[in-house]
Amino acid sequence: MTTGRLGEPTTRDSGAGAAASAPWVREALHDHDHDDHPSDASRDAAGPDDASPAGSRRQLPLADREQQVLDRIDRARSRRPKIKEERITMSHGAGGKATQTLIEAVFLEAFRNPLLEPLEDAARLHVNGSRVALTTDSYVVSPLFFPGGNIGDLAVNGTVNDLSVAGAVPLYLSAGFILEEGFPVADLNRIVASMKSAAAAAGVQVVTGDTKVVEKGKADGCYINTAGVGIIEHGPILGVASARPGDAVLVSGPIGDHGVTIMLARGELDIEADVISDTAPLNGLVAGLLAAAPGVRALRDATRGGVATILNEIARAAGVCVVAREDDIPVRAEVRGASELLGIDPMYVACEGRVVVVVDGDQAGAALAALRAHPLGEQASVIGHIAADPQGIVLLKTAFGGTRIVDLLVGDPLPRIC
Amino acid sequence: MRFVDEFRDADKAHALAAKIAALCEPGRQYKLMEVCGGHTHTIYKHGLEDYLPESITLVHGPGCPVCVIPMGRVDDAMHLAAQPDVIMTSFGDMMRVPGSNGSFFDAKAAGTDIRMVYSPLDSLKIARQNPDKRVVFMAIGFETTAPSTAMTVLRASAQGLDNFSVFCNHVTIIPAIKAILDSPDLRLDGFLGPGHVSTVIGCRPYEFIAAEYGKPVVVAGFEPLDILQSVYMLMLQLAQGRSEVENQYTRVVPWDGNVVALQAIGEVMELRPYFEWRGLGFISHSALRMRPDYSAFDAELLFSVPGVRVADPKACQCGEVLKGVLKPWECKVFGTACTPETPIGTCMVSPEGACAAYYNYGRMSRQRVKEVTRS
Repeated sequence: MTTGRLGEPTTRDSGAGAAASAPWVREALHDHDHDDHPSDASRDAAGPDDASPAGSRRQLPLADREQQVLDRIDRARSRRPKIKEERITMSHGAGGKATQTLIEAVFLEAFRNPLLEPLEDAARLHVNGSRVALTTDSYVVSPLFFPGGNIGDLAVNGTVNDLSVAGAVPLYLSAGFILEEGFPVADLNRIVASMKSAAAAAGVQVVTGDTKVVEKGKADGCYINTAGVGIIEHGPILGVASARPGDAVLVSGPIGDHGVTIMLARGELDIEADVISDTAPLNGLVAGLLAAAPGVRALRDATRGGVATILNEIARAAGVCVVAREDDIPVRAEVRGASELLGIDPMYVACEGRVVVVVDGDQAGAALAALRAHPLGEQASVIGHIAADPQGIVLLKTAFGGTRIVDLLVGDPLPRIC
Repeated sequence: MRFVDEFRDADKAHALAAKIAALCEPGRQYKLMEVCGGHTHTIYKHGLEDYLPESITLVHGPGCPVCVIPMGRVDDAMHLAAQPDVIMTSFGDMMRVPGSNGSFFDAKAAGTDIRMVYSPLDSLKIARQNPDKRVVFMAIGFETTAPSTAMTVLRASAQGLDNFSVFCNHVTIIPAIKAILDSPDLRLDGFLGPGHVSTVIGCRPYEFIAAEYGKPVVVAGFEPLDILQSVYMLMLQLAQGRSEVENQYTRVVPWDGNVVALQAIGEVMELRPYFEWRGLGFISHSALRMRPDYSAFDAELLFSVPGVRVADPKACQCGEVLKGVLKPWECKVFGTACTPETPIGTCMVSPEGACAAYYNYGRMSRQRVKEVTRS
């Protein structure tokens, strides 16, 4: 690297193993050094202390060397996830790679059982001969009120949808409130009124609940947790792991409406756009779909992390490649415009009333027709298909005509600075 | 969508690709550097390389503001953030850049008051709202963002704010390009000039590249067709044996730049004698600091800053990647020890960093893409 010159500041070395580097850097480098395989010709040839970067790997053609590195990365990616941070950061809640790592390394590790392991939106249980779906979700949205809804209908719809995409008919919900000292009762009444009408629209009842109040400053107004149970009456076991080559992938409507609405509603960006949250109960739409297309293999509601995250979960769980076409993914002009300005990709932006469907390729037409027959699915679209290779990868054919991969999101969507 | 879709038209791209292919001399290899990280991002995000013949390689350059910040400066910023009553404000891209003791995100999680802003003016607002706090803005970027920092300081000065300061890390693009041209590691055939920097500095500063080094320069826009057309313009110059500065991004870049913006920078900032760039080392007159007239807003003078130079982890090859000597995947720790979740080098942090762009969008060889898309 650079050598210091006369009169320049003193240098501290943060090289591998030096005390100055963060613990995870040392750990990552240690893993890296001990993870390479003796059969890896390029590394053997280069030697452990190869100083010339491109120098001694010349014996293989460039593309083969690149493939070799990419294979090594795939191996690194399939290792059991470890939390490298010492504290929880906002990334752990963003729905992307850090969230996945947190769930797998902490929660799944501790609670591991066959019912939890699929990590679907709802657990499927057998109770006295009936198939029951159980789910829970907490809501901490800010602001509490936004165009198209508020935390109340979000809390009902989100849990209804988690049950719906498990193939269940949602029946009963619980509602737990964590309220901050000083929170206006009028606001609470508005929120609860929204919950009441959302529950009525979805055909569910709130049958139990809990209330806690914390000191001012210890919460942000109002948090809600809802849990829900539903009955799985018939049909196949749905799960992203059952996607197979030849299947079609559909989405039930324009993506990213909710996330962009919330970002703009915070008022920090001085951008105005005519867009409202898509929060809605999906049980009616899903019931119609399952009746029309029994070949549905998996359903997911594309919440945090957006459609891109769902497609990655499919590719990973089923060991397949998801090929999506950018041209076919419905995105409202307002959402596209705001996303372009903010430097974020609508593929990663949350929806609260959109379902991603994996269906037997032969029934793609029937599934599309069933979605479009429902008011919430009028703009449904076939956005891609499942291929065999490369496994675990989501490929996007861009509108421009190129091909790229779509990975899990790292952290929050950070707008580019220039 | 207007002003976007027309610059992403696949039919026009196919037509341009055919014209580019026709300009390639058989047996000749072309290496073109896109100086700006924004271009790198566009190239990978839209899969633009699929349109280029095998003989054209796009080499990713140093124009990623976050990537070139050396570790010591990150440590300095973390030190500033940890001072009593300080609110550190920063662009989002900077939040995950690792110093030797973690990143802004890590410090924020541990309780340090670090806030993400979209504009330096947001920092000013925070300063007004928190008169009992000292608000520091972590200023990074090339000539693209320097004017907004300068305007913010001018406004703070006009408003008589005494609790706002800037930790100035602004750098200038020309010395970095010159360092690359003088580097023996690399043979380049031409440059895609940085579009946004050029909106401020114009096209004239690149004339020495064409005149003294004999390399063509085309200042390029950021939509995929902009880049493809700029590659065509470079290839045409090479085919005709010309080396000139041309402006593809005429809808935004005036030939003489933005005089008002340049005046604002000149009013508030001056060149540093030298500045360390990550991977490129110390480069003379390559960065900006606050002028003495504005020392009241200079965080480096208001606070004591350690200013210790910290070498990158030895395994990290960001320097070679920034100079275009290595492709991201050729770095030894790429994708294994260094990933977007736990970046070791800066190139893996910013979406404009070559490593992050390649890891997130392009992690597949062009040959493999062809095999898959054919089937």
